[in-house]
Amino acid sequence: MTRGTVPATPAEVIEILHEVKDPEVPVIDVVELGVVRGATIEGDRVTVDITPTYSGCPAMRLIETEIEAALQRHGVAEVTVRTVFNPPWTTDWMSAEAREKLRAYGIAPPGPTGGASQELVPLMGPARSVACPYCGSKQTRLESEFGSTACKSIHVCLSCHQPFEHFKSI
Amino acid sequence: MSRTDGRTMRRPEALVEYLLRLGDDRLVLGHRTSEWCGHGPILEEDIALTNVALDLVGEAQLFLNLAGQTEGEGRDADALAYWRDETGFRNVQLVELPPGDFAFTVVRQFLFSAWAHGQLEALASVGHDELAGIAAKAAKENRYHLRHAGEWVVRLGDGTDESHRRAQSALDELWPWTVELWYQDDVDRTLQAEGLAPDPETLRPAYDALVKDVLSRATLTVPDVPMRMVGGRRGRHSEFLGHMLAEMQIVARSHPGASW
Repeated sequence: MTRGTVPATPAEVIEILHEVKDPEVPVIDVVELGVVRGATIEGDRVTVDITPTYSGCPAMRLIETEIEAALQRHGVAEVTVRTVFNPPWTTDWMSAEAREKLRAYGIAPPGPTGGASQELVPLMGPARSVACPYCGSKQTRLESEFGSTACKSIHVCLSCHQPFEHFKSI
Repeated sequence: MSRTDGRTMRRPEALVEYLLRLGDDRLVLGHRTSEWCGHGPILEEDIALTNVALDLVGEAQLFLNLAGQTEGEGRDADALAYWRDETGFRNVQLVELPPGDFAFTVVRQFLFSAWAHGQLEALASVGHDELAGIAAKAAKENRYHLRHAGEWVVRLGDGTDESHRRAQSALDELWPWTVELWYQDDVDRTLQAEGLAPDPETLRPAYDALVKDVLSRATLTVPDVPMRMVGGRRGRHSEFLGHMLAEMQIVARSHPGASW
């Protein structure tokens, strides 16, 4: 089933890719996530470059399949999804709008990389302050740097007592 | 195969070997770490260990795919992971030892991640675009592993009598295997000459300082024991790797080409 018009420019390809959501965090799409690195069109073939978030992220294969499906829905005959590794993905590529969508969804968005995220062994020093996505309090405690997916850590708000997840800065 | 006869290795041959070493360290440690799945001491730690295992196996897949592409004989990461025998593996023996208790697991992870930190940070700027990109990503993930394991080493070492005893005992057992982390041969030297790999000796002072800092905070003592034999980088392993591979490879070998 063909929907809409066949994309004629890389910008139109990117526009279509906004339809592909992050399978683990469905409020943001793969473009906002920073996973899509570019698109090229050659005749009937559209090539999309993506970069993995985490090396072992199991969502990447699904994202590839969904990118192909989205472009095929728009009438693209041949889709190639290539994985590129350099430069490596960073949460710094996430847009301000995407960060706000994460927060509204109940996931504390990543702060800028550098600083505390670069520490090697802070040895249980003062916890990095992550604001609670529910009440905004900065009085929160890190429970674990590893959560339900590779990209998230687990925290508890000491003000509203709500446990929450944080999209790690990396 | 690695050579010790003094003949200069060619760059592609050395690069394939080096990528196998990078990939196999992570595949084997990742598999050992995954053995904790469902057995972690607390839920958060079960999740943390399986996340670390997932990162390591993911990194292994990237390095091994690149090894296969560089080799040019049509082998991908799955072919390399499931269809090589024990003597084909190039990991250090440190990572193939069974997971032991929780102290053993986190002390090993700390020693490995502290070493890998310098290696990956250096590889992130070598003149091979794909290798540098994969290493840069792995370096970021490794920081999380290092921080997590290092904090546990301190908690256990500077904890109760029982946790201290277990952490010290783990360190006593693991320390002699760390000698292999600094092993170098023609593979390393060929790539160093091409600017594709760091000289491990240049990374050693930072490693020593980090390990000393954490162990002293953990009130743990580096044991005065003889070092083990090296061999993993050239396919000579402890008795443990073959048993691990039997479990890791049985499904792929019983059902070649299966998909689900």
